[in-house]
Order: sequence, then C-alpha cells, then structure tokens
Amino acid sequence: MIALEARPEPSRALAWLSPLIALAITVVVAAALFAALGRDPVQGLRMFLYEPLNGARGVSEVALKSTPLILCALGLALCFRSNVWNIGAEGQFLLGAITGGGLALFFTANQIAIERWVFFPLVIVAGALGGMVWAGIVAMLRDRFNASEILVSLMLVYVANLLLSYLVFGPWKDPKGFNFPQTMSFASGTTLPRIVTGLRAHWGLAVALLAAAVMWVFMFRTFRGYQLQVGGLAPAAARYAGFSSRRALWTALLVSGGLAGVAGAFEAVGPAGQLTPHLSTGYGFTAIIVAFVGRLHPVGCVLGSVLLSMFLIGGELSQSRIGLPSALTGVFQGVLLFSLLACDTLITYRFRWRGPMLARGAAA
Amino acid sequence: MTDRLALSGITKRYPSVVANDAVSLRVAPGEIHAVLGENGAGKSTLMKVIYGAVRPDAGEIRFDGTPVVVRTPQEARRLGVSMVFQHFSLFETVTVAENVWLGLDRSLSLAQVAARIRAKAGEYGLEIDPERPVHTLSVGERQRVEIVRALLTDPRLLILDEPTSVLTPQAVERLFVTLRQLAGTGCSILYISHKLDEIRALCSACTVMRAGKVTGVVDPRQETNASLSRLMIGAEPPALQHRPSRAGAVALAVRGLSLPRLSPFGVDLAEVGLELRAGEVLGIAGVSGNGQQELLAALSGEDPRAPAAAIELLGEQVGGASPGRRRDLGLHFVPEERLGRGAVPTLSLAANLLLTRRESLRAGGWIARAPLAAQAGSIIERFRVKAGGPQSLARSLSGGNLQKFIMGREIDANPKVLIVAQPTWGVDVGAAAQIRAALLSLRDAGCAVLVVSEELDELFELSDRLMVIARGRMSPSIVRADASVGQIGEWMSGLWPGAVVPEPESDPEPARAPAAEPAA
Repeated sequence: MIALEARPEPSRALAWLSPLIALAITVVVAAALFAALGRDPVQGLRMFLYEPLNGARGVSEVALKSTPLILCALGLALCFRSNVWNIGAEGQFLLGAITGGGLALFFTANQIAIERWVFFPLVIVAGALGGMVWAGIVAMLRDRFNASEILVSLMLVYVANLLLSYLVFGPWKDPKGFNFPQTMSFASGTTLPRIVTGLRAHWGLAVALLAAAVMWVFMFRTFRGYQLQVGGLAPAAARYAGFSSRRALWTALLVSGGLAGVAGAFEAVGPAGQLTPHLSTGYGFTAIIVAFVGRLHPVGCVLGSVLLSMFLIGGELSQSRIGLPSALTGVFQGVLLFSLLACDTLITYRFRWRGPMLARGAAA
Repeated sequence: MTDRLALSGITKRYPSVVANDAVSLRVAPGEIHAVLGENGAGKSTLMKVIYGAVRPDAGEIRFDGTPVVVRTPQEARRLGVSMVFQHFSLFETVTVAENVWLGLDRSLSLAQVAARIRAKAGEYGLEIDPERPVHTLSVGERQRVEIVRALLTDPRLLILDEPTSVLTPQAVERLFVTLRQLAGTGCSILYISHKLDEIRALCSACTVMRAGKVTGVVDPRQETNASLSRLMIGAEPPALQHRPSRAGAVALAVRGLSLPRLSPFGVDLAEVGLELRAGEVLGIAGVSGNGQQELLAALSGEDPRAPAAAIELLGEQVGGASPGRRRDLGLHFVPEERLGRGAVPTLSLAANLLLTRRESLRAGGWIARAPLAAQAGSIIERFRVKAGGPQSLARSLSGGNLQKFIMGREIDANPKVLIVAQPTWGVDVGAAAQIRAALLSLRDAGCAVLVVSEELDELFELSDRLMVIARGRMSPSIVRADASVGQIGEWMSGLWPGAVVPEPESDPEPARAPAAEPAA
C-alpha cells in the first residue's frame, strides 16, 4: 500500500524540481493526446518544444511573447507573496494598452513627430499609470470596504475589455478604417524600437529583464520587500512587528498593476501597432500560471515565461502544420498547472510503502 | 487482580523521532495512575495509541487481561475507554446538550440527553446547565461538559490529558474530588500531567517517561518533587536566584483602559489599570480567556484602539501608537504564540530577527546580510539555542528553542519595558529555568518586566508583585510575599476586595460556587 507521509522538513530540492516533474508529466500527457488524435507524438511534441526555438525568427517570437508574460508575472509573484490575490492582471494590462496606445494615437493623429527612443520612456510611464489606476481601484475597495480583491480584480477585467471596445468602436475609431473597430495604425515614431531589424522582438524585453532584476533585489535585499512578504507568510507576525498591511496591499497592487500596464502598452505600440478589441490573447491570465510555475521567484518568472511562450507558439504551429486546434495550448497549460499543484504536495509529503500493520507488529 | 490496562513493548516511530520506545504501562481497576513527563516525552502518543488514534509499530495492548487491537477511537470507546483532550472539541454555537447529543446514540431524544446530563452531573456534584450555549461557558465549565460527556459512556478507563492547565486552584480541587469519586466506582483513570504537586496529591501510581522511554514506575505519595523531577528530566532544575527588587520610576502605566471585544468570543476590557516600575517583575495571573489576549494586544500596539492617554510608556502617551513606535521607545513584547506571531515559520532565524530589530538595516532600507547573520548567530550562542545556525528555518526548531531565540531577540535589544506572555509554555524544564533566570537578570539590570502567565508556580517564582485579571477587570496589586496561592486563586474568580461583580452574562466559571455572597 502506498501512503503519503509528512516530511519532517519540507524538501528544498523538490521545491525546485516540482516544476520540472510537472513539465515531464505534461509532456507525457501531450504525447498520449497526440497519439490518441492519430498524430505522431514525436512530431507533435516538436511543435511545442523544438520548433518555437528553431531559428532566429522563432527565438524572436518567443522573446516577443515572453515580454508581457514576464512583466505581468513579476507583479503577480509580488502580490501572491504578499497574500494579495490579484487575478486581474489582464484588466491592468488592457488599461496600460489603452493609455499607452492612446498616447501613440495622440502623437499619430496630431501628426507630431517624435523619436522612437524619446517615445519609449513616455509610453512606459503612460502604460504604468494606466495599470496602476486600475489596480488602485482594487486596492481602494479592499482597503476602504474590505471587498475581496479576487472578485474585484477579476471583474475589472471585463470592465477594461468593454472600455477598450467602447473606445475602438467609438471615439478612437479610425475614420479611414472602413468602419472596422480599430484605431489608425500608429506612426513609426510611436512604435517600439526593435532589437534586430526585420524581427518583431523589441527592446521592451530588456525592460522586462531589468524589472526581473530589480524585483529580485526588492524581494530579497530590501526591508520593504521583506515586510511585504512577512505580511503574506504570517499576517499575525506582521501585526506583531508593526508592519502595515495597508501599505503592503497598496504597494503590491500598484507595482503589479504598473508592470501589467507597461506590458499592455508594449503590446499596443509593439507588435499590434494599433488598438483593436482583441488586443490581448490572455497574457494577464497566462501570467498567473507563469508566476506559480516560476515559484513566485523573479528568475523563475523569466524561465516560466519562455516555457509558456513556447506553448503559445506551439499551439499556433500545430494548428497550421498538423491541423490540430490551437486550443491545445490551453489544455497543456491546464495540465501543467494541475501537475504542478499535485507535485507541490511532494515538497511537504513523501511516498512510503507500507506493509500490513499486523504482520509487522507480530514480527517485533 | 487482573490489570484493567496493560501495555507492553509499545513502540511508535515517526520519521524524525521515536515517540515511544518499548513502553510498558499497567493500570489496576479503580487506580488513578499518573503519566508524567516533559513536553515531547511521548505521553500524548502513548495515549493516542490506547485511544486508537495512532497505531503502534510494535507492542501489545491487554484490556482486562485480553489482548486487543484498537484500530479506531470507536473501538476504544466500545472497550470502555474515554478520553478528555487538552483542547476541547465542543461546538461553540450550540448548547451543551446538543454537543453531547452529537456524540451519542441517535435513539435518544434531545430532552432525554439533557435529563441524562443533569442526572450524571448531579451524581458527581458537577454544575452544568444543559441548555446553555457552549460559547457562554468558561473554560472550566467546558471541561466539566467534556468530563460529563465522557462519564455518560460509563467508562472503565478515563484518560485526562493535562486537565488542569486551564483551571483555577479551587477548580482543580473540585476536579480532584470528582476524580476520586469516579475511581471509587472502579473506573481506572490515566492522568497525564507535568505538574508534580498535583500528581502527588491525586495519584496512587505514576509512570514517568523521558524521551519516549519509561524511566520509572513509582508511588508518587512516597516521592518528593525533586525525586520525581530527577526521573522526569534526569536532573534537578537549578534553583532560581531571586534578589530583592529595587523598583524605580513608573515605566508603563495603564489608566482606565476600556475596550470592547473585537471578536464575538473575546472579552471586554473594563477600566483596566496598572503601574509597572523599572527594576521589578509584575506578574498577571488569571484563567485563560479572561482578557489577557486583549490586554496584551492593547499594550503591544497590535490593537491600537486605546485612547492615547490610557497607556503611558516612559512618560509618553502611546495608546494609539503602532508596535514599531512603542518598540522605538523601548517596549518589547514576547507573544504566547511563537510560530506565526513571534516568528515567521518559513523564514530563517536571521530573517526573523528583522521583525523587531533594525540594527542590520542600512540607509534606504537595505538589508546587510552578513551583519544580520552574525547578529542572529550571537543570539543563538548567548541564549544557547539549539539550531543549525542563523539560516535554519524558524519552524525547524523545537518550541522551547524557538522561545529561547525569541526571548533572546527581545532581551538582546536591552528593552526598558519587556512584556512576556506565557514565557515557558511548552518549554522543557531546563530551558524554562534558563528563561526565568534571564528575565530576572534583566529586571536586576533595571528593566520593567510584565509577565502574563497561567502557571501560578511560575508567577510566584518570578514576580515581585502580582495582579489578577478576571472577566476583563484587574485586581489590585499585591506584594508577592504577602500573597498565597489560595488567595490568588480566589481572585482569579473575580472576587477581590472591592470587586465589581457583574451579571454572570458570559463567563462566570469561577464565580459559580461562591457567587451567592460577593466579597464587597
């Protein structure tokens, strides 16, 4: 009989191995799924694990999708460590897209010339402000009325979605756009500088990696970061120490909202180049998985973002090349998250084989 | 005569520890048998084995001479074994009778259950009203409910786990009367405790355990506290040096502090007043749940609702100040919950230092890691904390060692006022002696020390003056040399000279017996 037994000490090794085991399980499930669908499992897995990184264009696309995931996941990791359950990064992302895209539209529509490298910091600030306002609403309702941040942040996603739709169907619609719900294409001065000409990856990636480094320092080397995490790990200890839970709430939500907002702004003025109702492909939600796969650690968030970007691209490839629906991506994301949660049990528990009790008692 | 219960060679291994190592235990019918040992000696595991909650890896259990296998608590109850746990298992929102009903045969109606409770309680002189909701009962009354619930099953063996830790001395006496009466009917009683005086007063046999092994089976009436304690810990604790105090200026003053309860089952503080002077230890006694938590939270700043003027710390009004502000002024606090409040379980000892100490922070809030680790290391060394090092997680330490670290963290800050709740709860005898000695040397260095404890022995050992908290009110203070255990016990019922005796609305445990004539 197999029994689960509590470990005397949580295993540090398994805390890091657990995402890898979960990935292995996901790969096995994926292979079985491909076989069941009558496709070659090896070819199917190639779509997800090899093709996305094959060649410069592939790497560029992974970098492009990783950028918003890293930014969103970093903020979420900080929130979750602080016991603030912000699951509305998607809404904060959209608000950042609206403010960042709005800024680009302002320059474009008024035909104001601007250098890309001058516009770059401006759009970061605009996106951050948009996301922070959206997350600030959550913080205020929580602080003032003790409203659940889980529900409020989630519901604000839909509000943000409708706000974006209103703008592109209404006041911001391109007058020469044949009545399509979209803004005019942003002028080239108001788009992001690319890392390599001809490839879509942009310098926002550097901002995301820098943010990861700064987040690491903040979490593990500053007293403010420490205070936030104590509030998440042991609220009674934070009260005892006199760390303000209100400050933790506001800090976590504003930082997280700001980062998601920057991600949204980058998406609008980067690969999209205009605002449409379908700007986001769910980066804000995928980032929740990234944050947990990455162990709520900044470095883990970067690695997790690369992995989940490969899943996103793999889904697109399997649609175009072997005729499977791109919804596979969602299936694999789900399997990955479930396997991870199951594997995390092994951090504090271990398997033990148990013989029949009575035999053992008699032998002694 | 056949033993009611005979255990032989009971062994139970856990991943990191052998909780019971070839333990034997024999209990005669009608005997009150003590199981004595420190925290972690394996008493609780042994009781769980008897009660079917834990299965031993090896060993034999005989009940009335017949070998039995007890797989579940239900099987244990069928054999006639009943257990009263240290932590009560009652639902707060329903009545006594409904609670008892839950654990009984469904064939009885609620009215029949109530009648049986009254009959059984009357038989043993226990006062219980079956119609009262449990949340209005004091701890002592809840324990009576648990005991009556156990008695209703007509047990042949009753196990009591640390039953007196929540009782006043008077309530302990009443409990003993009940237990002797019960033993007289032929029921065997297993009495688990670490309180030597009680065991010597009540029990006719005693099995002493240390580190999972039986170290002796004795007749406690023939033993002294010293000889029992040698069996229990292998040595006698060093006697505490208690020099006369030289009390200085008032360091902490509380005046007319009234606070409504925060939780429905909390206690309202009413007109609480006290003065704590530099260089003295003031002990606050009381049955748990009489306002200690609320008072401590108001003093530490975790509950900042007090009016500013109600609490004066070193001449400054701090009623609404944050814990950090009070700490800056020199007030340090050791809460009773170590894991989760006094320390973050999943952080290292070094990181836990930052909860209350700022010496290793640099300008701008940077954490200087090497000095922080060195600081933690020096506390670990100075207070002889058994830990892997500064990077050990707080939860990897035993309760006593973590308490030593937390006490060390606060004492090392050279506080002007130190408030300590339950300084030696769950701490082994050696570490307890060390902690008490550290508190006294802090006092001798001029610190004002406030100790809140439920252990009267400890308060009498440490304090220069004593006060009692009951139902959210404070008694007058009394010099320790003038106080007796009996008198403090009476005060713990809320009956001190000039006491206001309120309607027994929420919690009249102690007041029930002598309530007829309030001392006025």
